[in-house]
Amino acid sequence: MTEVVIAGIGQTPVGEHWNLSLRELTLMAIEAVQQDSVGLQPQALFVGNMLAARLSRQAHLGTLVADFAGLTGIEAVTIEAAGASGGAALRAGFTSVLSGQADVAMVVGIEKFTDQIGTSVEESLGTLSDSDYEAAQGLTSAAQAALLMRRYMHEFDAPREAFGGFPLTAHANGVGNPNAMFRKAIKAELYNRAGMVSEPLNMFDVAPNADGAAALILTRPELLPPEFPHPLVRISGSSIVTDTLALHDRPDPLSFHAARLSVERACKQAGITPQQIDLFELWDSYSIYAALSLEAAGYAVRGQGWQLARNGRISLGGELPVSTMGGLKARGNPGGASGVYQVVEAVLQLRGQAGNNQITGAKRAMVQCLGGPASTAATHVLETVS
Amino acid sequence: MEITPHWRLKKQRYNLVGETCPHCGVKLFPPRDICPECGQEAKNLYNFSGKGEVYSYTTVYDPPAGYEEYTPYTVALVKLEEGPLVTAQLTDVGQTPVEIGTPVEMVTRKLRQDGDERGLLIYGYKFRPVLERQLAQ
Ligand SMILES: [Zn+2]
Repeated sequence: MTEVVIAGIGQTPVGEHWNLSLRELTLMAIEAVQQDSVGLQPQALFVGNMLAARLSRQAHLGTLVADFAGLTGIEAVTIEAAGASGGAALRAGFTSVLSGQADVAMVVGIEKFTDQIGTSVEESLGTLSDSDYEAAQGLTSAAQAALLMRRYMHEFDAPREAFGGFPLTAHANGVGNPNAMFRKAIKAELYNRAGMVSEPLNMFDVAPNADGAAALILTRPELLPPEFPHPLVRISGSSIVTDTLALHDRPDPLSFHAARLSVERACKQAGITPQQIDLFELWDSYSIYAALSLEAAGYAVRGQGWQLARNGRISLGGELPVSTMGGLKARGNPGGASGVYQVVEAVLQLRGQAGNNQITGAKRAMVQCLGGPASTAATHVLETVS
Repeated sequence: MEITPHWRLKKQRYNLVGETCPHCGVKLFPPRDICPECGQEAKNLYNFSGKGEVYSYTTVYDPPAGYEEYTPYTVALVKLEEGPLVTAQLTDVGQTPVEIGTPVEMVTRKLRQDGDERGLLIYGYKFRPVLERQLAQ
């Protein structure tokens, strides 16, 4: 069986990069990945991005990025699947290298939120939902998460305070990530008295939109030069699954069906069960999404995902470490780049390069990114090459 | 300014016109032409009653462009009595506390002002609580 390995990783700090343009920020991540992969030259480039056409008035990113990075002439396209764009770009790179169409593929995730401020950002985010039947009603992404959270609390008697375990874990882990937007731990009292964004969702239940770019180099292990400088991580499972675009079109809105199927298919391909992983980089764009993702992956039964956020069960030393470098909440959420950041972070864990956040002996990671309320779910299983 | 998509949606926006599947009888809103229950064609128009109840609700304080003048406003998932869930704003809420299960009915209201100096107004469905007095009748 052909193997695809991640031979290089690169990332920029996540934050508000007012002084950097879309192309400059992207180039920083590309220079980092080229250095890390010791100059492996890609024949194909897949750019994960969700909103540059609106936020920066720039589409056609495949060519833009290839051009600006001095890679003109190679195959390059943009991949868009809302928040799952980064994972979708990785899958495109994976299938390209697996099939032999490319020997080396570069995957880049990029999002530049700060080219716009104010209500135009929410309007742009609305284009990722059902424009005619969700956005037209003035629904925002945060309000949709709030609708899910309120119904969840109603059906399962989950206390609002319990959701604080997700941002508390993320912020504690962000302290050890030099690229994270927030590097300060928070206390439960701070969570409990935080201002509301859309009741019952408070400001700590929402990952901040931010600028960032991250990049990966994929290849097949036999193509690597001898004495390659770092441990290799292989992609053993890869899956993208769709659900209804609009949340209201689902028979059971409280079940992230696409997330469930995507985990099942990626794990089946990897020949494992979800219980056999050492860490889970999940999609904590909202605390309620983290709870629903844990249920979809089978780590908790329906209505009980919030229980995992208690008593340190998902912390670095817990039974199921999640968001190990701060997650979307503390690292920040650069939209279409977030799915690539998650993979960069999982690779750091599997290489043993995660510093103070290192999960001892981590050999296998699962990474999942979501577009909308799991309208798209992209899941990858990564393993150390022994 | 986009006029055509709004004009095309006016049956849905003004009258909650969805579809019913001639094969299995399920009612669909929004219309989607292929029945998600049985997979067959479902293009028979169906007028929803506009009656339902609140499945969940929340408040928007940071609106998208075009919705500033209504802020803060309540958005909800409304469970229509014929079955489908619909995303919609609640209006005319007044002093009545909204709760999960509150009975609501459809009304037509201004939805948004298009983000354009010519200011295209878009009208469509919102839902308002049904007064207890009306319920008793
Ligand atoms: Zn049918």
